[in-house]
This record gives sequence, C-alpha cells and structure tokens, in this order.
Amino acid sequence: MSASHTHDTHAAGHDDHGPMKGWRRWFYATNHKDIGSMYLIFSLVMFLTGGLMAMFIRAELLYPGTQVLDPGTFNSMTTMHALIMVFGAVMPAFTGLANWMIPLQVGAPDMALPRMNNFSFWILPFAFGMLLLTLLVPGGSPAGGWTLYPPLVLQTGDAFPMAVFAVHLMGASSIMGAINVIVTIMNMRAPGMTLLKMPLFVWTWLITAYLLIAVMPVLAGAVTMLLTDHYFGTSFFNAAGGGDPVMFQHIFWFFGHPEVYIMILPAFGVVSEIIPTFSRKPLFGYDAMVYATASIAFLSFIVWAHHMFTTGMPLVGEMFFMLSTMLIAIPTGVKVFNWTATMWKGSISFETPMLFALSFLFLFTIGGFSGLMLAIAPADFQYHDTYFVVAHFHYVLVPGAVFSIMAATYYWLPKWTGHMYNEKMGKLHFWLSTIFVNVLFFPQHFLGLAGMPRRIPDYSTQFADWNFVSSIGGFCFGLTQLLFVYNIISCVRGGVKASDKVWDDASPQGLEWTVSSPAPYHSFEVPPEVK
Amino acid sequence: MVRVAESLQPSGPHQQANRSLTRKLWWFVVGAFAFGWALVPLYDVLCSVTGYGSKKELLVAAHAAERVDMARWVTVEFLSSVPTLGAWEFAPEQTEIKVHPGQLYEATFLAKNMINQAVIAQAVPSVAPNMATQYFRKTDCFCFTPQKFEANQERELNVRFFIDPSLPRNIDRVTLGYAIYDVTQTKSALQN
Ligand code: HEM
Ligand SMILES: [Cu+2]
Repeated sequence: MSASHTHDTHAAGHDDHGPMKGWRRWFYATNHKDIGSMYLIFSLVMFLTGGLMAMFIRAELLYPGTQVLDPGTFNSMTTMHALIMVFGAVMPAFTGLANWMIPLQVGAPDMALPRMNNFSFWILPFAFGMLLLTLLVPGGSPAGGWTLYPPLVLQTGDAFPMAVFAVHLMGASSIMGAINVIVTIMNMRAPGMTLLKMPLFVWTWLITAYLLIAVMPVLAGAVTMLLTDHYFGTSFFNAAGGGDPVMFQHIFWFFGHPEVYIMILPAFGVVSEIIPTFSRKPLFGYDAMVYATASIAFLSFIVWAHHMFTTGMPLVGEMFFMLSTMLIAIPTGVKVFNWTATMWKGSISFETPMLFALSFLFLFTIGGFSGLMLAIAPADFQYHDTYFVVAHFHYVLVPGAVFSIMAATYYWLPKWTGHMYNEKMGKLHFWLSTIFVNVLFFPQHFLGLAGMPRRIPDYSTQFADWNFVSSIGGFCFGLTQLLFVYNIISCVRGGVKASDKVWDDASPQGLEWTVSSPAPYHSFEVPPEVK
Repeated sequence: MVRVAESLQPSGPHQQANRSLTRKLWWFVVGAFAFGWALVPLYDVLCSVTGYGSKKELLVAAHAAERVDMARWVTVEFLSSVPTLGAWEFAPEQTEIKVHPGQLYEATFLAKNMINQAVIAQAVPSVAPNMATQYFRKTDCFCFTPQKFEANQERELNVRFFIDPSLPRNIDRVTLGYAIYDVTQTKSALQN
C-alpha cells in the first residue's frame, strides 16, 4: 500500500495545518484522531443496529410460541446480530480506541501508515452496507448462524455470495488495521519508550494485532472454500464429493477461538489502564501481565476443538483440547489476581470508568467460570448448543468486552472532546447496565442447564418463566444504552471544561495526559522524552 | 487526493523502517492465508497418521454391510401418515416384507397430490422399536430432500435400505413409518 511509494519532498517536517473542511476532512482522513473517531462512531451505530436485532430476538422469546418473527427471520436475526456485533461493533470499537490512543500513548505523531488507515476504515461501511442489504434479497439474509457451518449455510439464497464478500472485506479491513498497529508500535515509539515501558493497552493491542494477521486470512480462506463449493463444484466440505463438513469446523475454529481473544485482549488492556488510575497505585505485576497476555495468545491457537467436543473426536483429542483449554485459566487467573492486587490498599474512587472496570472484573470472571465448565469435555455433551453456551459467551462479551469499551469511552472521552461527560448520568448508565445485563443473561444459565437449545424461535413451556425474565432484562438493557448515546453526544457538544490530566486527583500515568484537552489535531510532532 | 494524503503523512526517519516492516507483515498475511488452505491436506494427513476417520476405515465400515446374514429373517413393516396435508394419498406399495440383514432392498411408496395446486412435501421417517433405529440404514431415501408435486400429480417415492447384521437377536420385526408434511411456504423461498 503506502509502502510502495517513495516520497521525500516533505522530509523537512510539515507546516501546521488544521483539518480540511466539510466532508473532505472525513473522506480523505489520514489523521489518527479523525479516523479513530470515525471507527468509534461506526461502531456505535453498529452496536445500536445489532442491538435492535437482539430486541426482536428477545421479543420473540418473551413467550413460548411464535408471535413476532417467523422461524426463518428469527434465524436470520440471530445470525446477523452476531456478525454485526462481532465484526461491526466490538472489533471496530477497539480499532477506534487503538487509533486514538496508541499514538498518544507511545508518543508518536500519527499512525505509521495513514493512507492505509483511511482505506481500512472506509471498507467497513461498504462491507456492512452489503451485509445489511441481504435483508432485502430473495431467500433472506444469512440464517445458518454466525459460524457459517456447511452444509446449512449453502442453503442461503442470493445473500450467500454477498455475505461471503462482506466477510472478505471485514477481514481485509482488520488485517490492514492490525498491520498499522504493529508498525506504529514497533517503529514509532518515542525515544526511551522501551517495549517493557509501554502502557498495557499498547501491549495487549500489539499481541491482538499479531493474532489478527495470523487468523483473519484463515477465515478468508475458509469462506472462499464455501464459495467454490457452492459455485465451482469443489468438494472441500461436501461428503458426496469426498470432502468433509467437519473440516470446515476445524478451519473455522482455528480462526474462531483466537478471534474471541481478539475481542478480549484489548479489553484487558483498557482495564489495566483504568484500575491503577482510580486505585492511585501502579499496576501490580506489570511484567507478569505482559507475559500472561502473550501466553493467552499463544494458547489460543491450540484449544479450538473445544467448540467441537460433540463431533466425534477420538478420546485423545477430547483430552488434549480439554486440558489445553483449562490451561488458559492460569494466565487469566494471573490477570484477575493482579487487578485485584492493584486495588489492595489503594485509595480507590468510583468514577464511571472505574465502575465499569470493576463490573468487568466480576462479571468477566463469571464468564470465565462457565467457560471452564464448558471445557470439561464429558460435561460439554450436556451443555453444547444450549443456552448455557449463550450465557457463557455473553458474559465474556457484554460485561466483558463491551463494558471495557464503555469504560474506555468514559475514561478518555474528556481527552478527546475537551469536555467532561455528565458523571451522574454515567453512573446511572452504569448501574442500570450492570443490573439488567445480569437480569438478561444470568437466567440463560438455568435455561441451558435445563436443556433449552440455542437458536430456536419457540420453546417448551417449562422454559417460559426464565425466558420472560431474560427478555425483560434485555429490553431494559437496550433502553439503558440510549443514556450512553445521549451522554456522548452532549459531551461532544459541550460541557464543563476538562483539564489536561482530566482525572487530576488521581494523577493518571501515561503520555496521553501530557497533551492538552481536547488533544490537539497534531500531537507529539516533536517526540517526547521518556525516562 | 493522493497529494493531500501524502502531505499529511508523518515524515522522517521512520519511513524506510515502516515500509520494510509493512512488507514483511504482508508476507506474513500471505503465509497465513496459504496456511488456511494447507489445513485441508494437513487434515487428511493427520487423520491417516492417527488412523482416525481415515477413508480406509470408513470403507471397511461400508463393506461390513456386504456380509449378508442369509440364515436370519427380519420382517420390515411400512407405515404412512398424512398429518397436515389434507387432500393427499400416501401409502406403501407393500405393507411388509421379509429381509435378510445385510442385503440391500428397495421399497416404494405411492403418493398423490389431490390438491389443485403445486405442493412441496417433506417426509419425516421414524423407526420402531427405538432400539432398532441405529441398525436401520437408509442408503437413499425420498425423505432426504423435499419433494415437489405438481397439481394432481401422482408419483412413486423410493427408499433403499438394509438392516445392519448386528441388529440385536431379540428383534425380528422393525417398522419404518413416514409422516409427510407440507413445506411449500418455507421451501419455496429457497427454490426460486
Ligand atoms: C476461561 C476462559 C474460557 C474458556 C475456558 C472458554 C471455553 C469455552 C468453550 C468450551 C466453549 C464451547 C462451548 C460449546 O459450544 O459447547 C466456548 C464457547 C464460546 N466462547 Fe468461551 N471460553 C473462555 C473465554 C471466552 C472469552 C474470553 C470469550 C470472548 C470474549 C469467549 C467467547 C466464546 C464464544 C463466542 C463461544 C461460542 C461460540 C459459538 O458456538 O457461537 N470465551 N467457550
Ligand atoms: Cu473457544
């Protein structure tokens, strides 16, 4: 991309110009702050779109019987909800945070590859535009689940090639975003910022970016094979032609498990920034945190078949994947321990970002525990494809990944906008979210243990009560998020002036707090000195 | 646009290093893409090394069916029902046959759509007693796919099957039943 160009005319450094005017500023954007903002706004829009789909899902499940959606539409809602939340909401939100914060945290003037940065963002609206367009084509949008298992997914109508192409585009976007992050971190750090002095958010993103470039191409390969099976008569996954549908699951989950860590490692980074600040203590065991992150990333490559315990693997396979999965609990435990130890004897205050980080700590751990239960191969035969799995991954993804994104937003929003958000409303948003996320997802553990299968529009009446509770929790959680949107918009528009350090009495550490609030359009043009 | 974009690019000592690292990372991406495809042959290699799910073993399993137990007779009964379709006829040609375990047989059902309208029908099989289900092997069946019937069309529907010779000794009578349903609404969207 930009690497193929040689251009020395501006080697003398550049004059101080502000942003371009009007739409050009955004369409031609190469400034990391502009691009970061676009990623974050895009992610918020996708969060609301995917959230609306979830409201339809919960409305259908409010009572037994089919009332709101026909079964086909229900299936396409669960499929689209997952694809949009994973690739449209969570991943772009973290890329947006990376764009905004990594240059500020390592003391670089911008991302290393600004034009590729522009490209990787602008692919996304096209990818998701196409994905959403599938709602209108004959045969309906993809409805075979976000995991795209053949042969079911091959029954998708005209939406099939569109969905595959959309996945290709999302993959290309994340790969470019990841390359940009790696090059920025490896080459653009301020003098004196050695690797082991980098803030943890930078560290977790560096490792995430490597995971991304290792597995997104594998997903691209897998969906390409689906495409050739469908249109060009190959038989990668077609048993009649000598292929094997289970092989798709192996390839998919070789991508899929690292993918779930792609969605949680940057969250670990965010929490590792916020807890020390509001505990007024340095992070406990910094080195251990870095090594724990690296070992989680490494282990994530050798556990994929825990999603496939029931496919009839040989016993040694079941044992291997069970034990390797349980092994991940060790570095994860190190992290939880270190966050807790950071707070030990700290002088803690409970601003909104800290509240979200604490909620993350508790609720993510619940998700980790249910993960451990699922990792027990013989038990997974009971839990697999039930609501217990749904409860598990929503605990790690909603009060896990999504809460960390909210925490990060409240933590850095004053730095981005120069205004304080409304703290009272932030706290209200926090409490309502934390209460309702549990009302929404905790009962799903009971439903799953009682045997309710996932991905069904109707259910036996014995499951009625907990589904009702879960749906009410869902509607309230959904409505609560409007507070978040309102708070962000009013904070962008105005509000109490934020100081440079923003959280003055907590004296946060890190280079991002040494620039003014709002962060100037061009920062660190002269690299800061790190001691 | 390119001019504008370039003028915003940070300049200086990093350019060279950035370019070379970026190139290396793209090669890494190419390698990862290739690895994804390499998983296909690797998967077969792994299967044959561990002997699990190997084609050879599966073929042996398939050939097992060729061991016909001529000494044994099992009665297979056929049932049919039309729970929702209304004006339909659907019945087996023969109500029962005697079979040797391990030998391949074919049975025929006659179906007639007496509605003045095309219908897509789906047959759902069931085997009784429950214990026998896993020994009843259908190699081809009209129930594997939805069946389209024109208005007033009459057709024969076939199923090929054999009984696994390891069917427990105490079972000498097996019932294969089909219920046929109208799936026109759900299937038609996919067919056109
Ligand atoms: C202690 C760590 C964890 C363990 C031991 C664990 C274990 C498992 C297991 C065994 C399953 C398969 C269950 C089944 O299908 O029967 C599963 C599913 C899943 N996990 Fe985890 N997990 C852990 C952490 C996470 C994290 C951090 C995330 C994401 C942020 C995550 C996201 C998911 C998702 C999305 C699925 C379901 C995928 C699907 O079938 O659609 N897990 N987990
Ligand atoms: Cu996994």
